Amino acid sequence: MISVLAIDDSRTIRELLRQALEGAGMEVTTADDGALGVSAFREARFDAVITDINMPNLDGFGVIEAIRRGSDNRRVPILVLTTETGPSLRARAREAGATGWLTKPFDQAGLIQTIRRVAGVALA
Amino acid sequence: MSNDLRAIFFTESEDLIVAMGDGLGIMSEGATDPDTVNAVFRAVHSIKGSAGAFGLSDIVSFAHSFETVLDAIRSDRLAPDADVLHLLQRAGDVLADLLEAARDDRPEVPEALPAILDMLEEIGSANDDSVGDDFVFEAVGLGFFDAAPAPAGSVFEIAFRPGPSFFINGHEPANLFAALAELGELTATCDVTGLPPLAEIDPDGSYLAWTLRLATEATADQVGEVFAFVEGLCDLDITLPAEAPAAVAPEPEPPEEAPAGDPALPSPEPQAAPAAAVQAAAPPPAREAPRPTLRVELDRVDRLINSVGELIINQAVIAQKIAEANLPRSSGLSSHVEDLTFLARDIQEGVMRIRAQPLKPLFQRMARVVREAAEGTGKQVDFITEGEDTEVDRTVIEGLGDPLMHMLRNAVDHGIETPTDREANGKPPKGRLVLSASHASGNVRIVIRDDGAGLNRPRIKETAVRKGLVSPDATLTEAEIDSLLFLPGFSTAASVTSLSGRGVGMDVVRSAVTALGGRIAISSRLGEGTIFSIALPLTLAVLDGLIVSVADQLMVIPVSTILETVRPAPSDFLEVGPGHRVLAMGERHVPLLDVASLLDLGPALGPADAVVVLVRTGEDGQAALTVKGIVDKRQVVIKSLRHSVGAVAGASAATILGDGKVALILDPDALVAISARRPSPSLDHQGSDHERAA
Amino acid sequence: MNAQPDSRGTDRAEFVSFVAGGQGYCIEVARVREIRRWSTVTTLPHAPRYFLGVMNLRGAVIPIIDLALRLGLSATTPTPRHVVLIVAAGERTVGLLVDSVAQILKVPRDALRGVPLLPSDTSLLINGMIAHEGAALRILDTDAVAPILSEVAA
Repeated sequence: MISVLAIDDSRTIRELLRQALEGAGMEVTTADDGALGVSAFREARFDAVITDINMPNLDGFGVIEAIRRGSDNRRVPILVLTTETGPSLRARAREAGATGWLTKPFDQAGLIQTIRRVAGVALA
Repeated sequence: MSNDLRAIFFTESEDLIVAMGDGLGIMSEGATDPDTVNAVFRAVHSIKGSAGAFGLSDIVSFAHSFETVLDAIRSDRLAPDADVLHLLQRAGDVLADLLEAARDDRPEVPEALPAILDMLEEIGSANDDSVGDDFVFEAVGLGFFDAAPAPAGSVFEIAFRPGPSFFINGHEPANLFAALAELGELTATCDVTGLPPLAEIDPDGSYLAWTLRLATEATADQVGEVFAFVEGLCDLDITLPAEAPAAVAPEPEPPEEAPAGDPALPSPEPQAAPAAAVQAAAPPPAREAPRPTLRVELDRVDRLINSVGELIINQAVIAQKIAEANLPRSSGLSSHVEDLTFLARDIQEGVMRIRAQPLKPLFQRMARVVREAAEGTGKQVDFITEGEDTEVDRTVIEGLGDPLMHMLRNAVDHGIETPTDREANGKPPKGRLVLSASHASGNVRIVIRDDGAGLNRPRIKETAVRKGLVSPDATLTEAEIDSLLFLPGFSTAASVTSLSGRGVGMDVVRSAVTALGGRIAISSRLGEGTIFSIALPLTLAVLDGLIVSVADQLMVIPVSTILETVRPAPSDFLEVGPGHRVLAMGERHVPLLDVASLLDLGPALGPADAVVVLVRTGEDGQAALTVKGIVDKRQVVIKSLRHSVGAVAGASAATILGDGKVALILDPDALVAISARRPSPSLDHQGSDHERAA
Repeated sequence: MNAQPDSRGTDRAEFVSFVAGGQGYCIEVARVREIRRWSTVTTLPHAPRYFLGVMNLRGAVIPIIDLALRLGLSATTPTPRHVVLIVAAGERTVGLLVDSVAQILKVPRDALRGVPLLPSDTSLLINGMIAHEGAALRILDTDAVAPILSEVAA
């Protein structure tokens, strides 16, 4: 079962993600801020991480950096959640170390497909 | 989209609007520090982010323009002057309106929206930073190729060489290949010639390359889309055998120098800098760690409160029966009963405190009411709130909204003068309007104070006389004239203004306050201003009451209104007009109100039979209520009659006594109002109404 | 005696039939909460004549209406032998003073008739009619029978 960590300070988004992912048979852990997200990441093994960018305390880029700099599971696929789709966002995300991005509003099928694509074969 | 999710979204949005309002308030006072602006930005951004999931595209696009301006401010590209701050406030109002309309499923567009949206966009584009980012929802075509789609059934040749950052970013070639394989038949050949000897292999390096052949019905765009995330992280060549290889658009330089070991985080752009800065900076100062809270469904709390109320009644019945049973002292039962009483009261207060909430969001909404009222009337108003952290029961907050709104609009509309008038009177052009809340001796006191023109008493009296509410030759004290405003049907507005003149009079305000178990009073000085003060009981459900007998039933007078009880001499009862009596008390004369006859429940009591309870009325008035007798003093549980029965003349609510009978809780101010309307008491009722009770 | 609401919506409807002001009426069983003997109520000041007062029903304060008076018939003089029907009126619970309760009727749905002609204000309180044993029983609409009192200038 794919295990996903979802980090977003919006309760609505966390719930949306939880319903979408659990509906596809994935296991979901949520965190409502970047720092908590990073701790949660260190406590268990995740197959993918989804993180919002704009969060108080530690933002999405900070989360990515913390994960990529760590030693455990630092190559985990990380998707950033964003409302923008322009090329500069993609470039920034890529440079920061994100594996890919998801745009809000997301549809469940697209979300699941994207996660499976970046996390997929690693599970075989 | 499930209803649960919608509910979560709207609840969260409400909280975000409050946070946004907080931030905007601080910004309007001139503090535009990054933390504050960021907080406002994030609130709006969050709303934008979730609204899309519910198809609320109006909200999304408005929030986007709003946040663009906020972004410009937080990145120091735009210095917010008074005009911009004002625009932001109004944008916040529009956003709140849009959310409310969406929550209630109303399709309306706030009137101000187009104008404000225009202004936001103007400022936004003038200070725009991004180089032509399109704001679109659809995935943009990736442009690996010329636009012409490949004919169905082609074979793509793909040369693929991942760079080190491909792996650092968590990508896995096998995943890409699996995705390609979903599109058709894939063959992959790996070129291992780049592999150095084992001892020299850098685990973070990248040495392999692949040649792939994909036979597929998919379009070139679809094939390219598989590589969407890895643009720039690898060398990629996708060709159709028919095309010249030169037609391929090469990718921007792949990162060739991969520093051995840790991946570096490039930070040339402003976006990444705050990320680093956030980590380096100490945690934001002066922001309290939020106390742990618990989200509980309101239903559950209400049911709990009901049960506790029943418990108290039940316990009172038991206490009474035990007292009546005259048990021997040795049984010790009465001390246990006393303990029970204390415990029950404890539980009740604890439970009532669960429902307590701060007045802040309500006061924030009032700030907007005042803002709009001032704009609409061309007045300048300094609106100050105090004690917004004061906590009151939730029902109080719900019930206070309308009365406060009306009183504040009144204050701006009729109280505070125009800047020119004010200056002519030696006052500063800006009027001062204060809304404050505080706890005092078991009550919540809410005060609205303005430094405006004060009440025009001659005009008030004249209107009251004209409407037949008071006789022309009655001499009234200033306080009594002020109280005339509370009579039903009274309104001094010469013309119904769009603000306060919706036919809502101060009497509606008063009954709303009374329904909450409270009292309201006015005091005013001509030329100096007016003060409205509302006192509300802290624990709504319980009241200290004096049980009195009136006609053939028992009633309750709230102890908080009682000054004293007296047994006057018959000669102190004086008739001053047909059916109107006063009580002589030393130097003063106090109006005498016979409860039974005022309420049509029985004949008026003569001096020999009457017990007098002196009560407070209005701000500092008095009245003497005559009843048949005083039975007891005890705590009673307030039962609202609003939903089951409706409005009851002279009473604010009811309670259930120890014997199981219902007793009305009297409202002295309401009794005064009934008396004022009556030219003569009910001498013509021949007691036919008294057959009802068996 | 307590009436049990019938939960099966079949081709039969169940009613409680009773007498008020000497005339026969009935109410759907599902709307009847309880049936009690008359006991004293607390009179409400300045209320309409048919509004007898309020009563305590296990901690809830409910209004009690003289149904006969409300329907335009003559006032009832309550005695301990009179009956109060506790019924559901919209979201509220209301008590109706009646003379006596007769029985529970199971009536086939096709025996229900339309609203008869009555004096205008009271016809709003009647939902239909049942023909039963040669007599017509008017079906009472409990939602309208006890209006919420509004602040009236005395």
